[in-house]
Amino acid sequence: MSGHFSAVFFVLALLAAIVALKVKDLLAAAVVLSLFSFLVALLYVSLGAVDVGFNESVLGAGVTGILFVIAIFNTRRRSRD
Amino acid sequence: MDGFEVFFVEKWPYLATVLMILIGLYGMVLKRNLVKKLIGMNIFQGAIILFFIIHGWKRGATVPVYDEAFGDLPANYVNPIPHGLMLTAIVVSVATTGVALALLSLIYKRFGTLEEDELLRELRAEPAGAPSSGEMASQREDVEGAEPDDGGQR
Repeated sequence: MSGHFSAVFFVLALLAAIVALKVKDLLAAAVVLSLFSFLVALLYVSLGAVDVGFNESVLGAGVTGILFVIAIFNTRRRSRD
Repeated sequence: MDGFEVFFVEKWPYLATVLMILIGLYGMVLKRNLVKKLIGMNIFQGAIILFFIIHGWKRGATVPVYDEAFGDLPANYVNPIPHGLMLTAIVVSVATTGVALALLSLIYKRFGTLEEDELLRELRAEPAGAPSSGEMASQREDVEGAEPDDGGQR
């Protein structure tokens, strides 16, 4: 792997994944999921896949987050687990 | 023993990716809220894409764009084939998420909840195979709405 930056991004992405599944507020979970997507996009760029990183940061962090927010406002915000 | 240490020093990204896949699987299988299941699926997809991107990586290689300093040797450039494949996979994953969220809002409109155990309880309360009163009413409305339209065309 290319240096220590990848390790830092890896640990942060794993933490974001765990937090996104543990938070009971679904809107917060959607925001943390966007953060996870952006960290994974940084990881792609640090691995040499610039195009994939660009695509993930636009579609994964942007469009998916917007879709989740719309769906959560149409349904319920609280989750029981 | 030596090979074991080499495995952990050289291949740690694979182990971390497997850990990420397991986190996504945990969300998909053990979480009871359907939105949480979908978040777990998104994490799973990100981890799979990361797995392929790590496969294409080489030590000391650069971005797959021609550079004077790196010359013509293919070993100096990262393998671009997994990148192309995963570019498609990201778009497909966004489409999958959109369809799943549309289905979730339909489920919420029909049953008023997104918790899996409450949904199962409501499904067991209904007699199997028989449509509920709400569904029948909407079907009747559809039939009535279609008939005058047909008559007008004739």
